[in-house]
Amino acid sequence: MEILVSAIGQGLLWAPLGIGLYLTFRILNFPDMTVEGTFPLGAAVAVTMISNGVTPFIATLCGMLAGSLAGLVTGLLYTKGKVPILLAGILSMTAIYSINLRIMGQANRSLLDLPTLFSSSLLDFLPKNFPMVLVGLIFITVIVGLTALFLKTELGQAFIATGDNANMSRSLGINTDNMTIMGLMISNALIGLGGALVAQNNGFADVNMGIGTIVVALASIIIGEVVYSDQMTLTERLITVVIGSIIYRFVLVIVLEVGFNADDLKLVSAVILGLALMLPNVGKRLSIKLKKEA
Amino acid sequence: MTTSSLRLENATVVVNQGTSEEKTILDAVNLEVQAGEFVTVLGSNGAGKSTLFNVIAGTLNLTSGKIYLGDTDVTHLKEIERTHILARVFQDPKLGTAPRMTVAENLLMAERRGQKRRLKSRGLTTEKRAEMAQVADKMGNGLAQRLDVATGQLSGGQRQALAFLMATEKRPELLLLDEHTAALDPKTSAQLMALTDEQIKAQQLTAMMITHNLSDALQYGNRLLVMSEGKIAMDVDGTAKQALTLEDMLAFFNRY
Repeated sequence: MEILVSAIGQGLLWAPLGIGLYLTFRILNFPDMTVEGTFPLGAAVAVTMISNGVTPFIATLCGMLAGSLAGLVTGLLYTKGKVPILLAGILSMTAIYSINLRIMGQANRSLLDLPTLFSSSLLDFLPKNFPMVLVGLIFITVIVGLTALFLKTELGQAFIATGDNANMSRSLGINTDNMTIMGLMISNALIGLGGALVAQNNGFADVNMGIGTIVVALASIIIGEVVYSDQMTLTERLITVVIGSIIYRFVLVIVLEVGFNADDLKLVSAVILGLALMLPNVGKRLSIKLKKEA
Repeated sequence: MTTSSLRLENATVVVNQGTSEEKTILDAVNLEVQAGEFVTVLGSNGAGKSTLFNVIAGTLNLTSGKIYLGDTDVTHLKEIERTHILARVFQDPKLGTAPRMTVAENLLMAERRGQKRRLKSRGLTTEKRAEMAQVADKMGNGLAQRLDVATGQLSGGQRQALAFLMATEKRPELLLLDEHTAALDPKTSAQLMALTDEQIKAQQLTAMMITHNLSDALQYGNRLLVMSEGKIAMDVDGTAKQALTLEDMLAFFNRY
């Protein structure tokens, strides 16, 4: 039971990554590697500020802001500097590694005995792991709600159109460069927020905590799509990303129960994502084959 | 001269300047299109038709010369800065619409062509939907019943009809049609061409249309340009255009 609640809580805290990456990977149609730098950046900013006495909520927002700045850099490199998007993301990610070390002044930083979003006295009466679920639920509800609303504004529609058909968008007067930069900023703000939340829950930030996070974020998106393969509205799609994030945590819990150790998790994550990516195509081929034989 | 919709003065485009590959693809073109004219543009491949359109739309910069849209000098304006004045329909049905967005969403977006996109609800209300259904109904190809379908699932004809609607929804001072019926089957192509003509007349639009179809070029529009080697080789309008026959055109083309 405790493990289940923990998996749900973890899934909710990591879900902002999936939502953030959805905006670039699915809507703008490119993989943004900045994620791997932005996640620890949000964590580093939040943890360092809390250590310096800033209230956890403000520190979390600053983690988000830092993330959006990272997105801005990648966006400028890509649109104005004409650097290919994969490379632009890798450049930002690499640069942020040094920035994270500067921010924290060391490779990792603990929040031992310091207040976090999860240690509020209001949450004290809850049993173990439930504060994580509650805080995660509040944040993800706000994020999904605001993102869904945003995508239905004129600006949001112009953003979607940019990813869908950039030529047409320009012929309608949409500044596709600005839309791309804006998308990267929102996306990385959400990922910075995810970093800030996860770090506070774990009780520390580590400069290496970003490794493999793009796989985690992609896994939430793809698992959500595999489980719910029907046509859906964009708002429903965002919710499936959250569900995908929770399912992914369940799978990890099971993997650990089976006897793998924590060092194997990156390998396991990659295998899960690989399978989820292949499943739709392999499934299609299999069903065609079965139909032929029947 | 406030009635002219478009004016080109010595519009010239040279590519690969300063290399052995240097080529003038638009050669000192002077052209004035009056408001209300429907100009068909003919010419063989490489004659400069597309270059002419790209230069007018702003996707290609002039090497020298000037372009005016209405009274505005747009020579140095970027493509997106010209979109409040002009609209385009492309040849490829894939180019004109956003495939994952619905017909209604595409129409809503086109309504704000050239205007700022605000952080404000897109306004897909019941009234708006009814209004769009009415507009789409003019196309007479079932588009009105498919407002909530992603445009990627429409037929090529429906997509091009939608692209045409999107271009004319907010009245453009100049409409550029770049072989917009060429990718369709003959029947659908003829239908869309007739609709295009009907709408241009009904809304008194100023339009330019590139086509490779000689009879379309003769049948439609009230002015005809023929481009050759980056120049305007023939420019007829009014009764002179009406008098032209297919044989005249074939004879003319054979000379070039």
